[in-house]
Amino acid sequence: MMENKKALISIKNLKMYFPIKKGLFGRQVSYVKAVDDVSFEIMKGETLGLVGESGCGKTTTGRTIIKLYEPTSGEIIYDGVDIAKFTPNQMLPYRKKMQMIFQDPYASLNPRMTVADIIGEAIDIHKLMTGKERMERIHYLLNVVGLNSEHANRYPHEFSGGQRQRIGIARALAVQPEFIICDEPISALDVSIQAQVVNMLEDLQRDFGLTYLFIAHDLSMVKHISNRVGVMYLGKMVELAESNELYTKPLHPYTQALLSAIPIPDPDEAMSKKRIVLEGEIPSPIDPPPGCRFKGRCKYAKPICSEQDPVFKDVGGGHMVACHLY
Amino acid sequence: MERLLDIKNLKTSFFTHVGEVKAVRGVSFHLDKGEALGIVGESGSGKSITMMSVMRLLADNGKIVDGEIWFDGRDLASLSENEMQKIRGNEIGMIFQDPMTSLNPVLTVGDQLTEPLLKHKKMPKEEAYKRAVEMLRLVGIPSPEKRIKQYPHEFSGGMRQRVMIAMALINEPKLLIADEPTTALDVTIQAQILELMKDLKSKINTSIILITHDLGVVADVCNRINVMYGGLIVETGKTSDIFYNPKHPYTWGLLRSVPNPKTLVKERLKPIDGQPPDLLKPPAGCPFAPRCEYAMRVCMTHMPPLFEVGENHKAACWLNHPDAPKVEAPVGRRHE
Repeated sequence: MMENKKALISIKNLKMYFPIKKGLFGRQVSYVKAVDDVSFEIMKGETLGLVGESGCGKTTTGRTIIKLYEPTSGEIIYDGVDIAKFTPNQMLPYRKKMQMIFQDPYASLNPRMTVADIIGEAIDIHKLMTGKERMERIHYLLNVVGLNSEHANRYPHEFSGGQRQRIGIARALAVQPEFIICDEPISALDVSIQAQVVNMLEDLQRDFGLTYLFIAHDLSMVKHISNRVGVMYLGKMVELAESNELYTKPLHPYTQALLSAIPIPDPDEAMSKKRIVLEGEIPSPIDPPPGCRFKGRCKYAKPICSEQDPVFKDVGGGHMVACHLY
Repeated sequence: MERLLDIKNLKTSFFTHVGEVKAVRGVSFHLDKGEALGIVGESGSGKSITMMSVMRLLADNGKIVDGEIWFDGRDLASLSENEMQKIRGNEIGMIFQDPMTSLNPVLTVGDQLTEPLLKHKKMPKEEAYKRAVEMLRLVGIPSPEKRIKQYPHEFSGGMRQRVMIAMALINEPKLLIADEPTTALDVTIQAQILELMKDLKSKINTSIILITHDLGVVADVCNRINVMYGGLIVETGKTSDIFYNPKHPYTWGLLRSVPNPKTLVKERLKPIDGQPPDLLKPPAGCPFAPRCEYAMRVCMTHMPPLFEVGENHKAACWLNHPDAPKVEAPVGRRHE
């Protein structure tokens, strides 16, 4: 069903390097290669999940796409236009189309602003509405996310975690975006509240025709919400496929290990399951050695893995993988 | 099985400027030697405060109002602070949620690891260091002789949590309390830590109490589960009973709100609507009644007792009363 859909965003060879500076004069000694040559597409109306361990570059990828960072190189093609080199002024119309929901509902709302001002801020910046119309829009948005109009004049501290995340979502919706980056939007919430927020995100997608990039480390939730899922490891995209395909037939040894580590809420299966326990930890992204980034922890590693970077290629039916085994 | 811990009618409150917050409102359970018990529930359900009461590590405004905590023949609730200090880190080990802040940044890992040995066992320093190296090796830290001289900032999150586990287990405690030990960690590291805890349980026969909100984690590690809500145990039973034959609507709600990674058909999640109760003014009836789709009139006014619903399986819900309407559980059957 996705084949006939158009790509809303195409990422081509995106690189985001952070310089490491040392000494009195800020001599640049090396780079943290947080995102290193990543390419993928996000289709109109789909949810693309992005998973991986902390430090794999999934959040940096999201933030670079929305241009919270200046990408080192590569293209970010939004609806046919490459925005990678755009200046902040040129970006302004695109900021209305792309919005973000953040992980921490406690830190991402200004405690000194009322809910109405938090939601209305973007409306003011883009000069979309004023006065009564603006207030009506805010009340409408509060209702959309399951809060009510009386909440408009309250402050963030009066709300629970789940309610704050709803305010964050209302703020993202205020400018009628097409594309929303959800960066770990539920990991700070309780299990029963997580399901409320996920269901709401699904409803909003249906009602407003939104496209999501859903970044998370909870693999079961990502599978639930995403059409396709990408797996990142140390700045590289190692596998990307339709979500059922990825979870039933993972190809990359890292994806296999990652999926086998998911704790399954079913005691019989937990008992019978064989887990691939990865030895060691994710290596440092500062000047990583050439070849496959995963080779040090991979039980299938061959000599070629240390010599050549595996190419990220389609192995059939849109299932992309970067591994010398395929 | 020999009984290690027996908690009877524990009530813990916090006295704040707005009034008494009844965090734990009458909790009774036991733990046998060599057993792993899971305590699940959402934030504010009282799961951590129950165990903080056992360790007597409550904040200054917190107080055990009523109840007994029998641990190996002594009532911990009535011990003095001096006597408690001989138990903490010696007979009861504890692992906290956040490995980043639970270690002292200005002491080496070795100094912190040997502290319980020097303090409780009066072991000579050299011997204590040898034992600490051994312990680090047991929890899977490579080249422990070198690592023991390093400071916590030189360790990654997963490594620090291993150090915490090593520290909690170094005196071979009878009981290990782990409060969300893997919540701050990545799934691959979580898998390593869970395997390690299971392994250590069989090797040194420590009893474990695992506090978590992750049903996947308890399914993997625990023999028995207590489900807590609003400062009370609402259901208790064997792990298989809780997952396959749950008898409390809150347990149903918890099980239904997590997606099963095995299903291929996309089903809508079924969240529990509403918010947990305010324990400043705890409700007169069942604390879950306002969010419960099966709530009856009696639920609003009368607290349900823990009904016996099977062998060692109890649930505090009026639906289990013989006169109540029969409701089929929407979850719980084994997946074929």
